[in-house]
Amino acid sequence: MEAKPLIARGRSHEGLRDRLGFIGTLFSVTIIVLAVAGIYLFVFSKGLATFFVNQVNVLDFLFGTEWRPTLTEEEGGPKFGVLPFIVGSFIVTFLSAAIAGPIGIGAAIFMTEIAPPWGRKAMQPVIELLVGIPSVVYGFTGLTLLVPFIREHVGGLGFGLLAGVIVLSVMILPTITSISVDALSAVAPEIKAGSYALGATRWQTIWRILMRAGASGFVTAVIFGMARAFGEALAVQMVIGNGKNMPTSLLEPASTITTVITMNMGNTVAGSVENNVLWSLALLLLLMSTVFIFAVRWIGRRGRMMSR
Amino acid sequence: MPQAVPQGTPALSVRGLNFFYGKKQALFDITLDVPTGGVLALIGPSGSGKSTFLWTLNRMNDLVDGARVEGEVLWHGRNIYAPNVDVVKVRKKIGMVFQRPNPFPLSIYDNVAYGPRIHGIRDRARLDEIVERSLKAAALWDEVKDRLNASALALSGGQQQRLVIARVLAVDPEIILMDEPTSALDPSSTTRIEDLIDELRNAYTVVIVTHNMQQAARISDDTAFFLNGRLIEHAPTAELFQRPKRKETEDYISGRFG
Ligand SMILES: Nc1ncnc2c1ncn2[C@@H]1O[C@H](COP(=O)(O)OP(=O)(O)O)[C@@H](O)[C@H]1O
Ligand SMILES: [Mg+2]
Repeated sequence: MEAKPLIARGRSHEGLRDRLGFIGTLFSVTIIVLAVAGIYLFVFSKGLATFFVNQVNVLDFLFGTEWRPTLTEEEGGPKFGVLPFIVGSFIVTFLSAAIAGPIGIGAAIFMTEIAPPWGRKAMQPVIELLVGIPSVVYGFTGLTLLVPFIREHVGGLGFGLLAGVIVLSVMILPTITSISVDALSAVAPEIKAGSYALGATRWQTIWRILMRAGASGFVTAVIFGMARAFGEALAVQMVIGNGKNMPTSLLEPASTITTVITMNMGNTVAGSVENNVLWSLALLLLLMSTVFIFAVRWIGRRGRMMSR
Repeated sequence: MPQAVPQGTPALSVRGLNFFYGKKQALFDITLDVPTGGVLALIGPSGSGKSTFLWTLNRMNDLVDGARVEGEVLWHGRNIYAPNVDVVKVRKKIGMVFQRPNPFPLSIYDNVAYGPRIHGIRDRARLDEIVERSLKAAALWDEVKDRLNASALALSGGQQQRLVIARVLAVDPEIILMDEPTSALDPSSTTRIEDLIDELRNAYTVVIVTHNMQQAARISDDTAFFLNGRLIEHAPTAELFQRPKRKETEDYISGRFG
């Protein structure tokens, strides 16, 4: 046999593998795009049905404070005001970010700048482990330890926004810490050296240089934490008390958008207005997570531009 | 401006200096006077200990894990490694410019004002004055005076290196240590930095590491040749290049190794 055909066959093998690889990866991407598009389409169509099919007023929905889906028409119902849940979601999200943000960033500074190298080596896997703990474990722990604690030492039933905020703070803390650690590790050592070489102390270097250099990373970290807090259902549902009224105190039972969906979806019939309203809430969640993702991307881009 | 030092007194006197990275010894028994005023060049092949030596002169090696120093670096008659010496003051008065330009991710103004601010100067007018004077002294003022609030990271590499020099000048040092400050720059930026060093020699003591022998010959008054962590020869630059006393020096400057 001649050499040439052999080489040619070898090439065509390569070509086949190339083509297969291309088709395979294209297939994966197509699946992802279809899944995302499918979810958006589905949630939009279901979520908007409340307003277009069931004729629920959008403003009554968004700004109504009464949630009484089973009230009959004779009794003046049903009422689908979800403002208390929206408020609940935003309260637990922002308060938990306000608690976990500074602590997470502080822990990241400690790990990267203050602890000796072995301290960081020991803490890194612990943080990663905490990120991976299922939310039900956080919720269950909160239910068992935190709720009774609040009931006895702070007041109220124990179930309520405060418990939800604390559970979420603990839950998003490792996320915020680990992204902040990455942001600080990315700061060039030459920049720190430049500060020390001018006679700066370690605190001056941390406050004036590292906090600035890491700023966009910290914001990204906190937004990721907020996105996780906003979308968390299970752990919150276990401790927040699932009250239906507009929250007036952190010790009162309340609900969030996610907990209302998980609490009610089993009790409603597909296609009914009660069910469609839950889809409208899901649509709200989807829009919010979209906002979070774009915020993170925008800040990431600005951060890169500033560090050029 | 530098403090008055009696004529003939060295800016720094290094006595029997040994340096260790953990167990690995990187400098062996270095004894050398850095003359006051003028430019001292440190030359030698890569890995010969030039940077390590430079870093021992303002205690930047404190930041290296496991680093250990034996011997003395006398500055105004005191060993900077003595127990109660104020490292902040040492580093303020003995500034350093690094190989790669390392501006802070701040504005041009804030980069230069950083040093004065951390040393307690708050007054805006005084800061303005220091920033302007330092940028002028670093031959950067004309290029940046209209955009002091722009990010320092938007400057070119050569401008960044001059900014870093302005940042060092702003804390009023006596001695400026430079570790291959032009190795990351293009030829025309290099020329500008060399011209700048030529200006600085009048007011400051400059110690510059360079692996470029032409550069050492162009800009320095004295040259010290390092090899394998040892100081082989230290002499006025013209003398060292024209009539080296040691075989190793001659081999190196005639390009036989390194
Ligand atoms: N941080 C460090 N840890 C351990 N060894 C180092 C470190 N920095 C430099 N060295 C070693 O010390 C020696 C001198 O290095 P250096 O001072 O950088 O030389 P030069 O600047 O002349 O190229 C080299 O053998 C180098 O590998
Ligand atoms: Mg070097």
